Amino acid sequence: MSELIYKSAAQLSESLAKKEVSAREVTQAHLDRIAKVDKAVHAFLFVDTEGALAQADQVDAARAKGENLGPLAGVPLALKDILAQEGIPTTCGSKILAGWRPPYSATVVKKLRTAGVVILGKTNMDEFAMGSSTENSAYGTTQNPWDLKRIPGGSGGGSAAALAAFEAPLAIGSDTGGSIRQPAALTGTVGVKPTYGGVSRYGVVAFSSSLDQVGPCARTVLDTALLHEVIAGHDDYDATSINAPTPPVVAAAKRADVKGMKIGVVKELSGDGYESGVSERFEESLEILRSQGATIEMVSCPNFDYGLAAYYLIAPSEASSNLARFDAMRYGLRVGDDGSRSAEEVMSMTRAAGFGREVKRRIILGTYALSAGYYDAYYGSAQKVRTLITQDFAKAFSSVDVLVSPTTPTVAFPIGEKSNDPVAMYLSDVATIPVNLAGVAAMSLPAGLSEGLPVGFQIIAPAMKDDRLYLVGAALERELAAKWGGVLTTKAPKLISAAGA
Amino acid sequence: MLSYEEIIEKYEPALGLEVHVELGTKTKMFCGCPTEFGAEPNTQVCPVCLGMPGALPFVNERAIESTILIGLALNCSIAPWSRFARKNYFYPDMPKNFQISQYDEPICTDGYLDVEYETPEGMKTFRIEIERVHMEEDTGKSLHVGGATGRIHGAEYSLLDYNRAGIPLVEIVTKTVLGTESYAPQIAKAYVKELRDILRALGVSDVKMEQGSLRCDANISLSPRGSGKLGTRSETKNVNSLRSVERAITSEMHRHAQRLEAGERVVQETRHFQEDSGTTRSGRSKEQAEDYRYFPEPDLLPVAPSAEWIEQLRAQLPERPSAHRARLQQLWQVPDKEMAAMINAGVVGVVEETVAEGADPTKARTWWLGEISRVANEREVEVVEMPITPKDVAEIIALVAAGDLTDKLARQVVEGVIAGEGNPAEVIAARGIKVVSDEGELVAAIERAIAAQPDTAQKVRDGNIPAAGALIGAVMKDTKGQADAARVRELLLGLLGQS
Ligand SMILES: [Zn+2]
Repeated sequence: MSELIYKSAAQLSESLAKKEVSAREVTQAHLDRIAKVDKAVHAFLFVDTEGALAQADQVDAARAKGENLGPLAGVPLALKDILAQEGIPTTCGSKILAGWRPPYSATVVKKLRTAGVVILGKTNMDEFAMGSSTENSAYGTTQNPWDLKRIPGGSGGGSAAALAAFEAPLAIGSDTGGSIRQPAALTGTVGVKPTYGGVSRYGVVAFSSSLDQVGPCARTVLDTALLHEVIAGHDDYDATSINAPTPPVVAAAKRADVKGMKIGVVKELSGDGYESGVSERFEESLEILRSQGATIEMVSCPNFDYGLAAYYLIAPSEASSNLARFDAMRYGLRVGDDGSRSAEEVMSMTRAAGFGREVKRRIILGTYALSAGYYDAYYGSAQKVRTLITQDFAKAFSSVDVLVSPTTPTVAFPIGEKSNDPVAMYLSDVATIPVNLAGVAAMSLPAGLSEGLPVGFQIIAPAMKDDRLYLVGAALERELAAKWGGVLTTKAPKLISAAGA
Repeated sequence: MLSYEEIIEKYEPALGLEVHVELGTKTKMFCGCPTEFGAEPNTQVCPVCLGMPGALPFVNERAIESTILIGLALNCSIAPWSRFARKNYFYPDMPKNFQISQYDEPICTDGYLDVEYETPEGMKTFRIEIERVHMEEDTGKSLHVGGATGRIHGAEYSLLDYNRAGIPLVEIVTKTVLGTESYAPQIAKAYVKELRDILRALGVSDVKMEQGSLRCDANISLSPRGSGKLGTRSETKNVNSLRSVERAITSEMHRHAQRLEAGERVVQETRHFQEDSGTTRSGRSKEQAEDYRYFPEPDLLPVAPSAEWIEQLRAQLPERPSAHRARLQQLWQVPDKEMAAMINAGVVGVVEETVAEGADPTKARTWWLGEISRVANEREVEVVEMPITPKDVAEIIALVAAGDLTDKLARQVVEGVIAGEGNPAEVIAARGIKVVSDEGELVAAIERAIAAQPDTAQKVRDGNIPAAGALIGAVMKDTKGQADAARVRELLLGLLGQS
């Protein structure tokens, strides 16, 4: 197996710039790795071998001509299957989009292509990003590379597993309630949910429009920052995108300094329900940050207790409307169109056949929450909670620079353990959801292992202060890596036996 | 069955009018697709207006500007902050299966429009209060092929055209209009007409009812006098001309009264106006109000026009049609009664355009109120919907003034233009219409007339000028009306020594 797959994006970037290696070689190494291990991991739904190599060749040609290329030109990436990529199958993990090849590309995809990033393929996810394990994908569950009998988290389990299995050094995820951070935590990788509006949502299949945010994933904090810088920025095609310069995330990741920073520990995101191994790794990380010159204090955000409940009203409400467009009329699956049925009947039959159980559950929940007579009690109250949570953050950030918590209450759980207990599954995201409700920025990075499985450390920064995530994250990562002899994924199973299986 | 007068005696009508206007912006409400009417199906579409997964809307600033202009022209308050909302319902011609509209936070509220209507005591003014003006997007169109009704049920297959999906629409909703009494149908028609004139003057829409760029839904209810509460209303759609507004409301008043008189209740429902019979037929029942699950559109920011912008737009407002008409009346020196007739026939605008093409105001008015109105009446269409333009009329007037056409020939040209034979020059060429202006030919005809009626000729020679009429008539007959009567008279009198 080529050593290239174990390199970080930053290292590859340097080798590519020095022409020590070609983009084609780097791409081919990762395609080979995918061919070897993805049967066992199932991170990818579609591998674009030809497209990736063609793109790599373009980068090599441009470099040979002496063109000025961005730092990530020629570096491969795994794209969550929620982003539209022109001509490439985009399913969003759902049967209802089987066979759909978008006629256009998401803004983020365009930015990646412009930067010369090589897109290897589309990664698995819970259907329409609804889930925390990838068990809700219509195309099978992704296995956690740390233990193939366990889930990789979700919804972006495919992207996170691709990183941990060394199938790609970079990945794109989307985070509505934790879909970047929770899988990052469970796979020992880094994931960032940028400030809401920091990255364009144009071309990202909508789950819950007011919560969805696309973000960068990688194995190191610096790689995550490099990718963040490529994909962020204002987009005229997304009315909710913020028209302001992207915070200096790469500079912050390089500075990696917490001296004099005030770090708040969220009281409500600890205690009961958090595994002891998770709490221990969290405390150790706090100790490191303290030793690096940060001050740590407890902060209370009392309304976080209602976050999960509010989320499970707002997200399904918006989803019930966003998913109405999947009706067989213009694209995707069509069922029952045998000439005997009306358009309405075909719409209904297609939706019955094309959506999975969890998606149906949430459509029904959301439809109910928006109904006349219930709107105020459900959707209305949830919006009030949202305002209160935003106020909790504002108050907290008036006294500290960043907030921290464990990313998830538990480590990766066995496949099947929670698939019949939606509420237990929903609890996986209890610490990540408040961030989406308030539209602030957050990162998950590895804090170590508990019983051989990765534990995530969450950092939360105020809106448009995403650079603080990298300042703190990179400092913590540096100290932990020194202790471990490399970032956590260097300890990940090499999957050689799996490759043979 | 009650007569109309008896209905008014027993019941009080309440009106409500919802007008949808397609804005004339170059691009759609939430994407960059063109809005031209009549393109090949599904050629003016993109990921946004097709509701592709991942596509997001972005707001057309011109559409907001047009809506604010409409609100200002209708004396509305402009909200400093308003929002779009999603109206959720499934329909194949609606790409996202929700419509982006405005719900409880519209951009314009609480306005009014004064309309004029004719009574035996002269023109009167009625104030219609406007509840709201809001923005939304249009749906696509479905064509149901096969089956008897052309409706979705029983159709063999359906074709969908999304060119219209996402075209900006403005909805103008009145408050409940009470106190119109027997004039309810006329006032409703006058309202839509006045609204149309305002929108045209603002230049925000081409307001063509027959193409659907202006659509009117008419709500009507009757309540027994003295009952103190409103009756159950019906909502009539498919009202595609000004005349239909009046007819639909009259028809509904009769239908409601008949049911109430028979002790039946009026069903709250949508009805469709049928142009041929002048009556309405039942559409879907609204007994069970649909639940549209409105909620704020999370993909769009609130609309927050600055006070400066609103004032800038206010300063751009054109003259109000009523003020404009008063000014024209002054300018053209038109008597009140004539002006009322013009307003009533809806020809002020076309007369003005004809004058702008260089025609004399009195002549322009005569043509539009006379010949063209007569044919419009025969055809049961509005004068302005007649297939003859102000430019055509101005050309014809100019030809008459130049002596190239007689009044009689001019009528033939107008008839030809209306019949679709082309513009005036084409009609004249095709029909071989020409004024006999060859003096030699004319003189010969006059000499023939004098020879045929020597006694009359002598009377004229003796100074009995009115007697010349008979001779002129004969000449005109001889030349098949193609001679200029004034010139004939001149030549005749000259020949008989009376010039
Ligand atoms: Zn479009």
